[in-house]
Amino acid sequence: MVEKKQAGYWLTHLGLIIGVLFIFFPVWLAFVGSTVTNDDILQPPFPVLPGPHFIENYKNTLLYGGPEDYVYNHIPIVKMLINSTIMALGITIGKIIISLLSAFAFVYFKFPFRRTFFWLIFITLMLPVEVRIVPTYEVVANLNMLNSYSGLILPLIASATATFLFRQFFLTVPNEMIEAARMDGAGPIQFFKDILIPISRTNIAALFVIMFVYGFNQYLWPLLITTDTSMQTIVMGIKFMIPTGDDFGHWPTIFSTAILSMIPTVLIVIGMQKFFVKGLLESDK
Amino acid sequence: MQSIKKTFLSIVIFLLISSTSAYAKTQIQWWHAFGGRLGELLDEQVKKFNASQNDYEVVHTRKGNYSETLNAGIAAFRAKQQPHVLMVFEVGTATMMAAKGAIKPVYEVMAESGVKFNPDAYIPPVKGYYTTTDGKMLSLPYNASTPVLWINKDLMKKAGLNPNMSLKTWGEVGKALDAAKSAGISCGITTAWQSWIHLENFSAYHNVPFASKANGFSGLDTELTFNSPLHTQHLGLLGKWAQEGKFYYAGRRNEGGANFRSGECMFFTESSAGYAGIKKEAKFDFGIRHLPYYEGTKAPQNTIIGGASLWVMTGHSAEEYKGVAALINFLSRTDIQSQWAQDTGYLPITTAAFKATGSFYRKNPGTDTAGKQMLANAPTENSKGLRLGSFDQIRGIIDEELEAIWTGKKNAQNAMNSAVARGNQLLRRFERANK
Amino acid sequence: MEKRVIFKGWWLPLLLVSPQLIISAVFFFYPSGEAIWNSLFLPDPFGLKSEFVGIDNFTFLFGDPYYRASFITTAIFSISVSVLSMGLGLYFAVLADRLIKGAGVYQTLLIWPYAVAPAVAGVLWMFMFNGRIGLVSWYLGLLGYDWNHALHSGEAMSLVIVASTWSRVSYNFIFFLAGLQAIPKSIIEAAAIDGAKFWKRFRTIVFPLLSPISFFLLVVNIVYAFFETFGVIHTITSGGPEQATTTLVYKVYADGFVGQDLGSSAAQSVILLICVGLLTVFQFKYIERKVHY
Repeated sequence: MVEKKQAGYWLTHLGLIIGVLFIFFPVWLAFVGSTVTNDDILQPPFPVLPGPHFIENYKNTLLYGGPEDYVYNHIPIVKMLINSTIMALGITIGKIIISLLSAFAFVYFKFPFRRTFFWLIFITLMLPVEVRIVPTYEVVANLNMLNSYSGLILPLIASATATFLFRQFFLTVPNEMIEAARMDGAGPIQFFKDILIPISRTNIAALFVIMFVYGFNQYLWPLLITTDTSMQTIVMGIKFMIPTGDDFGHWPTIFSTAILSMIPTVLIVIGMQKFFVKGLLESDK
Repeated sequence: MQSIKKTFLSIVIFLLISSTSAYAKTQIQWWHAFGGRLGELLDEQVKKFNASQNDYEVVHTRKGNYSETLNAGIAAFRAKQQPHVLMVFEVGTATMMAAKGAIKPVYEVMAESGVKFNPDAYIPPVKGYYTTTDGKMLSLPYNASTPVLWINKDLMKKAGLNPNMSLKTWGEVGKALDAAKSAGISCGITTAWQSWIHLENFSAYHNVPFASKANGFSGLDTELTFNSPLHTQHLGLLGKWAQEGKFYYAGRRNEGGANFRSGECMFFTESSAGYAGIKKEAKFDFGIRHLPYYEGTKAPQNTIIGGASLWVMTGHSAEEYKGVAALINFLSRTDIQSQWAQDTGYLPITTAAFKATGSFYRKNPGTDTAGKQMLANAPTENSKGLRLGSFDQIRGIIDEELEAIWTGKKNAQNAMNSAVARGNQLLRRFERANK
Repeated sequence: MEKRVIFKGWWLPLLLVSPQLIISAVFFFYPSGEAIWNSLFLPDPFGLKSEFVGIDNFTFLFGDPYYRASFITTAIFSISVSVLSMGLGLYFAVLADRLIKGAGVYQTLLIWPYAVAPAVAGVLWMFMFNGRIGLVSWYLGLLGYDWNHALHSGEAMSLVIVASTWSRVSYNFIFFLAGLQAIPKSIIEAAAIDGAKFWKRFRTIVFPLLSPISFFLLVVNIVYAFFETFGVIHTITSGGPEQATTTLVYKVYADGFVGQDLGSSAAQSVILLICVGLLTVFQFKYIERKVHY
C-alpha cells in the first residue's frame, strides 16, 4: 500500500470482511441446518445459530444415511464419501499418469503420426462430456460399466490440458540433463523415472489438487450412470435426498451431507494452497 | 500331502454345490421408483412373496424417480440387461406399448404360465388405463390413486365457513375462497400435479376428450384437444384466483403438499395417496372431499388414475416368466391389496380387495372418497385414461404454459393453444418413430 | 526452438501415447461420431427401430422457439455470471493486494468455495430462497415481497446466476490477485510520487496491465459457465419455470434423458459440439500463445 491512510486501511479490511461473510453465509446456514431438528427447519424462520444436535445428526448421516424413520433406501454417507473419493482419486491419478506418458512421448521421441495424434488429443478439448452425454452413456452401458467405478472414472480421464501442461514443462528441461543421463547409460524409461518425474513434482502436485476437485465434484456424469443407491457419489447423492413428489425429506441430513461433501476438497485446496494456486495459474495460462 | 489336497478339493466342491443349490431359486429382477415409506412397504410385499414359496426369489431395486426408473429400464434393454419387471408411471404407457419387441404383455405372461388369471377381477377404471381397446391387460396396475379435494377444517372455521359446507362445484369453492381471502388467509387453495388434476382428470371427470382418437387409445394419429372452451374456462378461473392471491402455486409436482401439511392452505387438490403424509404431518383437522366440478356439464363422470404399473420385459426364460406370473398373482391377492390400500391410500386394484377394505373405510371416514369417485360410473372413451406418446415431455410443456397463466403472462386460451400446438409436434414425432 | 535431444525408437512412444488415444477413441471420438450419426435419425427409445430423417431434427430444433430461447438464456447466463464473478473477484483482489500483511489469510478464506461443487452451491442457495422455509425468502416475505422462484422466471434466473457467481468468485480472485501482485511496486510508487491518487493509478496503470488476464478470464469463464453450471440449474430450478433457466446443455439432458427424444438430443449435441469447437478455437487463437505445433 502506498498511501498510509487510516480510513483506507480499515475500509480495505471491511470490504474484505464483507466478502468473506458473503462467501461463508450459505455454508454457515447449512451448518446450522445440520445441527437442528427437522421440525425446527420446517417451521420458519430458519434458525441462525447452531443447535444442539451436531453429534447425533452427523452420526446418523454418516453411519446410517439419516435418522431411523428416514433410512430406507438411503446409504450411509460414509459410503458415498468413499465412492466420491475413489472416483476422484481414480480420475486424478489416471489423468496424471496418462498425460505424463503422452507428454513424455511427444517431447522426447519422434514416431509416425506424431503430429496427427497430437491434434487428435487437442480435439478432445472440444468434446467435454456434456457434448456427448447420450452416446457416451450408451457406450458405457454396452461395456457393462453402468453403476461401476470404471464407468465413473474412465470416460473422464483423457485430459488434453494436463498433457499440454506437462509438454510445456518438459520443453523447458535443459538438454544437459538428458545428455548427462545418456552418458550414464540410462535409457528413456530410466530417464523418465529417475529424472523427469522428480523434477516435475510441483507440477504434478498442482495438477493433483485441480484434478481432484474436478473429479470429486463431478455431477452430471455420475447422475446419469448411477442408479443404484450404493454407488452414488456424495455430490449427486444430495440431489436424491431433496424431496420432490410424494416423499418426505429430512433436512438436517441433507445439510450435514452437503457439509461433509465439501470437507475433502476444501482440505486439499487449503492444505495444498501453494500448489493449487500455482497449478491454476500455470494450467490455464 | 495328496490326501490333504483331495480332502480340500472335495470340501471346496461340496461348498460349491451346496452354495449353488441355495441359488437354485429362479431370480426375478424388479426395478421400481419407490423410496422412503413406500419403498419399505414394497419391500415387505417382496419379502412376503419370497417367504411364501420356494421356487422363485424376487430381488427389487430402486432406480430413482419414475422418469429415472423408466430410463434405466430402457438403457438396460439397449444393453441387453433388462429386468423382468419394470415399474413405469402411467404417462409412460404409450412408450411401453409402442415398444412391442421390448415388452411381454401381462395377459400373454399369464396365459403361457398356466397360472389362473381372471382379468375381470380387476376394477375397470384402474385396469382400463393399461388394457388394449379389446380389454387385454398389458401391464399390472400397481399403485393407483385419483385426485381429491383435501380441506383444512380449522382454517375453514377461521374463515367463518362451516366445515361441512357443500364444495361440490367450483362455484361453491370460489365462494369459500372469497371468505378465506377476507379473513386474511394467505393461501386459499393450492395444488399438486397440476396437469394431471386440472387438465387430464378434469377432462375425464367432465366427460370431454383430452385428445382425439379416444385419448389416443385407438390410434397414434391422435391430436390434443384440451384447449376447448370448458378447459380454458376452468384454467381462466384458476388464473384469476392466482392473480387475486387465492390460489398459491408451489410447483409442478407435490411441492404444494408441504404448504398444505404445514397448515398454510385451506384447500388442496392432490392425489388420494397424499393420505399417509397428511395424516402423519398435519396438526389440524382435515377432511377429504370429491373433486369439484362445473354444474351444467356432463360431470361427474369418473376420474382417472395416476400412479404406475408393472411391465414385463422380453428376453427371459419361460421358467422366469412363470415366476413373474406367480408374483402377479400374489400382488393381486385380496389380503395383499387391502393391506397396501390401507397403508398407502392407494386404491386396491381388485373389486374384492375394495370390498374387503370396507371396515377400514368406515373407521376412517373420507378415505373411500377416491374409490367412490373412480367407480361412480362405467368409464367412457373420455375417461378410461390417456395413451399419448412422449407424454412426460408433453406434461412438461403443459406445466410451462400453466405457469404462464398463473403469472398472468398469457391468458388461458393462448396458453392452451400453445400447449396443444407444441404437444402435437411431439406426438407427430412419436408417431413417426413408432409407426 | 533449440534443438532438442530425442530418444531413439518408435514403438515405445506409441505405447506411451496409446492409453490416452485408446480412451479418447472409445469415450470421446466414437460417442461423438455416434451423436453425429444419430442426429440424422429418429430412433425409438428402445433401439428397436429408427427412421432416417436427414436434417429434419435440425429444422425441428431451429423452428422451436424454446430451443432458440435456450441460446439466449445460455448467453445471458454465461455473460452475467462471468461479469459478476470477475467484478467481485477483482474487487476482492484489489483490496487484498493493498494489505501488507493479512493478504494470505484473506486469500485462504476466499479461495475455498472453489472446492465446493456447483451442485452443492445450488442446494445451499436454493434452500436460502425456498419459498416456504428459506431464511432469505422469509425475511423478504416480512418486507412484503413474496419470493417464489418456482413461478417467476426472473427470480429463478437471478438465483441461478447468484449461486453460480458465488461458486466462481474465488477462481477469478486468484488470477486477479496474482496479476496485481505481479505489477512491480516501483511503477505504482513512481505514479504515487507524481501525485496520482488510487483511482487514477488504477485506471491508467493497473487496469491496462490487467487487461490480458481480464480478457483471458472472460473467455474462460464464459466457456465454463456453458457447462459447469448444469449442477446449479438441476438442483435449483430443473430448467424452469417455463424453461427460463434451460441452457443448451440442460436441454440436451432434458430432451435426451428425461424426454427420451434421442434424435433431437443428438442433433442438439452436434450443435453444441460446433459451438464448443468455435469457442475453443477462439480461446486458443487469442489466448493461448503456446499451443502451436
